[in-house]
Amino acid sequence: MSSALLAAQQLVVGYQKPITAPISFQLHAGEVLGLLGPNGSGKSSLIAAITGTARIFSGQLHKAPGIELSHQRQRPVRLKEMPIQGRELLQLCAADKLPLPARLKPFLDQRLDKLSGGQLQFLQTWACMGSGADVILLDEPTNNLDPEGIDSLADSLKHLAPNQAVLLVSHEQNFIDKVCSQVVEVSKNA
Amino acid sequence: MLEILFDPLFRLPLFTGLLLALLLPLIGVYLRLREEWLAALGLAQLAGAGALSGAALGLPLLAGSALGAVLGAGVKNLRKGLGNDAYAVMILLGWSLALLISANSPHGDELAHAVTDGQLYFTGTSHLWTAIGLFLLTLGLLPWLSPRLLRARFFPDYYRANGLPEWRYHLSFDLLAASALALATASIGLMAAFALVFIPAWVAFVFAQSWRWTLVWALAFGLLAYLSAFSLALWWDQPFGPVLVACCLSLAAVLWLGQALLKVKR
Repeated sequence: MSSALLAAQQLVVGYQKPITAPISFQLHAGEVLGLLGPNGSGKSSLIAAITGTARIFSGQLHKAPGIELSHQRQRPVRLKEMPIQGRELLQLCAADKLPLPARLKPFLDQRLDKLSGGQLQFLQTWACMGSGADVILLDEPTNNLDPEGIDSLADSLKHLAPNQAVLLVSHEQNFIDKVCSQVVEVSKNA
Repeated sequence: MLEILFDPLFRLPLFTGLLLALLLPLIGVYLRLREEWLAALGLAQLAGAGALSGAALGLPLLAGSALGAVLGAGVKNLRKGLGNDAYAVMILLGWSLALLISANSPHGDELAHAVTDGQLYFTGTSHLWTAIGLFLLTLGLLPWLSPRLLRARFFPDYYRANGLPEWRYHLSFDLLAASALALATASIGLMAAFALVFIPAWVAFVFAQSWRWTLVWALAFGLLAYLSAFSLALWWDQPFGPVLVACCLSLAAVLWLGQALLKVKR
């Protein structure tokens, strides 16, 4: 467990009551770990427990000291008015230094409130991935994306820096099969 | 009319108000980003009530005003997640307290008018120095605070996930907003302070194409509205607060009309 960036041992998480059955995994640098499970099994709650917004009922969650986490929510923050450009959002996360996917370039000079749901999703996901964080938590990153967007995201996930690792939740089996180096089943607490 | 701006008699209030006209729109932009623009009115009301309570106890208006607003910001931070609900309570509490105090203290009516209408032309060096201090503090703090407030807005879990003290950024901004509103309430009046926080940011969020330009739009709007109001109020011998609010609204209406005409032309 010591060399893992993130490790869970018999972890049970939830909010008012436990949602997940005990789950264990280890996430090392260079890995993409997919969480798979039916709706309501607690996949997003598991990510929320890692970010500190959900409760850990039992088991252990270990984060390697000094690591930086970035988190893309299942529903990105979408305000009614967002006079901020795509480029400025990437700068906020220091995600503007790496070569950007070609798909992203047309969004850079647009206000966020002018982007479609899929465009904003892709931009925010890339902001997390390009930020240089050690562990990237992606919750349903393919939501609202068209097939080209999903391919572009899969390609970006394959070209992460070797010191980075990804924990992602997706209901799309094909996407999980394509990008994940390991898959963990999440099931509901009995 | 422009010579009024350069009259040595009004130089001190002109500069005090000018600094507020630059400071308040900036604060307003971040309040609007956080969808907490009602904060401006809530904090201004508490600042008004604080000023009147302080005056009843023999404190200077500025000190009482600051105390009221900072107390409001502190309570809001302790009761996280209340957002505009907290500000609505502040507005009601501030209004009720202010009227009760003014009805039951000597010169209360006069002071209540001063706080509501503004008394910019009677501000002294203490107001100017406080405005300079706040303005410099904001200039120093904002480059550090701005990216943190923006990141907290668009990636709300980032700071908690990394064990970083997000509350420090929010509290710093809330105290800055409270201090600016307290000074503004004691100088230009309650509604004028609210107008300078609300209207420039409202306009900038519609017209600007980037965050940087949002700040520029808000600053330029605040400055133009303020200078127009300062000259017009003196020229026509009118109270400054209502003239400023009218200038802000007129300028916003002109911009929207221009935008609508451009759309029709296209």
